[in-house]
Amino acid sequence: MPVISYFILSAILFTIGALGVLIRRNAIVIFMSVELMLNAANLAFVAFSRLYDTLSGQVFVFFVITVAAAEVAVGLALIVAIFRTKQSIDVDDMSSLKR
Amino acid sequence: MFLSEAASSGPEFFYLVPLVVLIPVIGLLINIIFGKWMGEKAVGWIASAAAGLAFLVAVLLGYSLIGHPEGAVVPLAEWISIGEFNVAWAFQVDTLSVTMMLVVAGVGALIHIYSIGYMHDDVRFNNDPGRYRRFFVYMNLFIAAMMILVSADNYLMLFVGWEGVGLCSYLLIGFWFEKGEDGIGNALAAKKAFVTNRIGDFGLMIAIFIIFWAFGSLNFEEVFAQTSQVAETVILAITLLMLVGVAGKSAQIPLYVWLPDAMAGPTPVSALIHAATMVTAGVYLITRSFPLYNSAPQAQFIVAMVGGLTAFFAATIAVGQFDIKKVLAYSTISQLGFMVAAVGIGAYAAGMFHLVTHAFFKALLFLGAGSVILGIEHSHHHLEHGEHEGEGGGEFDPQDMRNMGGLRTRMKTTFWVYIIGSLALIGIFPFAGFWSKDEILLEQQMLDPPVYGLLLAAAILTAFYMGRQVLMVFFGKPRSEATAHAKENRAIITFPLILLAFFSAIGGILNLPRIHTFTDWLEHTVTTIHPVEFSFLTAVVASIVALSGLVFAWFIYDRRYKKQQELPAEKRPDDPLRQIFGPIFTALENKWWVDELYWVLFINPYIKFSYFLADVIDWRFWHDWFHDSVIVRSYNGLARFLSGPFDLGVIDGIANGLGKVTVRFAGSLRMIQTGFVRNYALSVFLGVVIIIGYLILR
Repeated sequence: MPVISYFILSAILFTIGALGVLIRRNAIVIFMSVELMLNAANLAFVAFSRLYDTLSGQVFVFFVITVAAAEVAVGLALIVAIFRTKQSIDVDDMSSLKR
Repeated sequence: MFLSEAASSGPEFFYLVPLVVLIPVIGLLINIIFGKWMGEKAVGWIASAAAGLAFLVAVLLGYSLIGHPEGAVVPLAEWISIGEFNVAWAFQVDTLSVTMMLVVAGVGALIHIYSIGYMHDDVRFNNDPGRYRRFFVYMNLFIAAMMILVSADNYLMLFVGWEGVGLCSYLLIGFWFEKGEDGIGNALAAKKAFVTNRIGDFGLMIAIFIIFWAFGSLNFEEVFAQTSQVAETVILAITLLMLVGVAGKSAQIPLYVWLPDAMAGPTPVSALIHAATMVTAGVYLITRSFPLYNSAPQAQFIVAMVGGLTAFFAATIAVGQFDIKKVLAYSTISQLGFMVAAVGIGAYAAGMFHLVTHAFFKALLFLGAGSVILGIEHSHHHLEHGEHEGEGGGEFDPQDMRNMGGLRTRMKTTFWVYIIGSLALIGIFPFAGFWSKDEILLEQQMLDPPVYGLLLAAAILTAFYMGRQVLMVFFGKPRSEATAHAKENRAIITFPLILLAFFSAIGGILNLPRIHTFTDWLEHTVTTIHPVEFSFLTAVVASIVALSGLVFAWFIYDRRYKKQQELPAEKRPDDPLRQIFGPIFTALENKWWVDELYWVLFINPYIKFSYFLADVIDWRFWHDWFHDSVIVRSYNGLARFLSGPFDLGVIDGIANGLGKVTVRFAGSLRMIQTGFVRNYALSVFLGVVIIIGYLILR
C-alpha cells in the first residue's frame, strides 16, 4: 500500500476532527474530535517517518500521546466541573463572559 | 585809586565762590538736624550767621574783582555731559553776579536778623512757636537758591536757582497755610503764586530749549559768542519767551497778579523775597542775556513797553489799597516795571542800579511796615488780654491802614526810617531812589519817549501813594484802640531798619553822575553800557513830579482828611479819594478787577475745560462709554462666545465626538465577541488556514 493513502486518511481524520470541533455542541464530542485531530497528526508523523526512514517522527508521536493523555485528564476534569455548576455540557451555554 | 592798586596786587578769592551757596545750605542743615534741641535764639542766629558769612564771601569776591575785573569761572563739578554738549556746575564770578550776591546776602542778612525778633512774636500770635525753626530753614534755603541763580554760568543752572527761589517763595507765602480767608486764603495765595510762576517758567524753559537748539550750548559765554551767527527771528523768539519768564518772576503785566497775594507770607518774606531779591531775578536775567536782547530790537521795544505799562498800571492800583503791605506790593510791581523798562532799552546799568537801591529802600519799607503791624498787633493782644474777652480778635485787621494813624509819636524809630524809605522810593534828592530813578528817566527820555511818559506818570503816582500811606499810618489821630496804644519794637527789629535806612539814604553814591562807579563796575561784564551825562532838566522835572505828587497827597490826606474826621461816623468816607473820584476809586480799590477778569477769561474756562475733560471725556466717554460699553461689553461678548458656541460647541463637540466614535466602533467590534467557543475555534482555524496557506503559497 503506497504511503500516500496514509496521508489521505490522516487528512480525512483531521477534517472530520476539525468539523467535529466546529459543529458539535456537546463538550465530550468536541473533546473526542480534538483527540481525532491529534491522532490524525500522529498518523501523519508516523507516515512521514516511514517515508523518510527516520525515527524522529515516531519519537514525536510518543510525546503527542503523552501530552494527549495529560490533556484528557485536565479536559475531563474541566468538563466534570462545568457540568457540576451548569448541569450541562453544552458549549453554547458556556458564554458567561459575554453577558 | 589806592584800593584798586591794593586789590590788583592782593590775593584773589574767586575760588571761594561755591561757599556762597554752601554756607546757607550748611546753615539750614544745622537747623534741620539740631534745631530741635537748640533754643529759638540759636536757630535764628545760626541762620543769620549763614547769611552774614555768605555776605562776607561776596564782599571778598567783590574785593578781588576790583583788582581783577574780568572775573572768573569757577567749576565745581561736571553735571550733564552728552557728547559735545556739556553743562557744568560752575560759578560765574563777574561784576554783575557779585552785585547780585552782595544785594541778596547783604539785605538777606539784615532781614534774617530782623526776623529773629519778628518771627519770635509772629509764631506766638499764630499759636505755633514750633514753626520758628521752619521759617529760618526756608529762608536759608532761599538764600542758597538765589545764590545758585545769580552765580550760574549757564542757563540750566540758572534755571535750577530760578525754580529753587520759586519753591521757597511758595513755601513762605504759604507759611501760615492754615490761616487766611476761610482758613485756606494763604494756601490759595501760595498756589496762585506757584501756578502763575509756572506759566512764566514755561516761557523760560522754551527759551532755554531754543537756545540749546540754536546754539548747541547753554553756557553764557558760548551762547553770547555765537549770537551774531544765529537768525534774528530765533533770537527774537528766545528773548520774547524769556520775557514771559521775566514777567512771571518779576511780576510784570500780565503775570503780576501773584505778587499782591504773596503778601500772605510773613512780612520779612515780603521784604526779602517779594521786594528786594527774588522778584528782581527777571531784571537780572535780562541784564545777563544782554547780547541776545541787544540783537533783538523788537524784543527790547516790547520789554520796555511791558515795563512802562506795568510801572504805571501797578502805581494806579497802589493808590486804592488799604492794606499797608498791598500798597507796598503794588509799589514793588511798579518799581520792577521801572527796572524792566530800563533794561528793555539797554540801560542795564540804570536798571541794575535801581535794583540795588530798590532792594535797600523796599526792604526797609516792608520791614518798617512789619514793625508797624507788629506794634499794633502787640497792643491789640495786650488790650484783649486786659479785657479778658475783648471784641473778638478775628475781626481786627492790623494791616489795614484805616485802623492806623498817629503812629508818628508812638513808634518814633519806625516813623523816621519809614520816612527815609518813602523819600528814597519817591525819588527825593539826595536819597538813593532819586539817583537811580533819575538815571532810568534820563535814558528813557533819550531812547523811548512814550515809555518815559508812562514812567513819569508812574513817578507822580508813586509820590502820591507813598504820601498817602505815610499820612494815613503815621499822621493824624489813631483810628483804633490798638493803634493808640502801639509801642516801638525792640532793638533787634529796629537795628536792621536803621542800617537799611542808612543805605537807602546814601545808596546814591554808588553811581553819582560824572563819577559813575557802578556803571564802570558793571561795564566789565555788561560791555555795551556807557555812562550817560547827567541832565539837570530831567532831574528837575523828576523832582517836581515827585514833589507835586507829595503835595497832592498832603492836600488830600492831611487837610481833607482832618475835615472829614469831624463829620459824623456814618457820613465819613473811609478814604477822601472815594469822595472825589467815586467809581474810579472803587475800580482802583478792586485792582481794576484784573483778578476777576482773569477768572472770567482764563481760570473759569480752564476749570470748565477741566471739568469737561474730567466729566465728559474721562468719565462719560472714556470710563462709561469706552471702558464700560466698548471694552467690557465686547469682552463679555467674546467671553460668552468662547464659553457658549465655541467651548460647548467646538471643544465639547470634538471631545464628545471622539467618545461617540469610540463607542460606535467598540459596538461594532462587540459583534465579533459572540461568546460561543465554536466561533472562536473557527476563527483560530481559519487563521491557521490562512497563515499556512500563505506560507505554502508565497
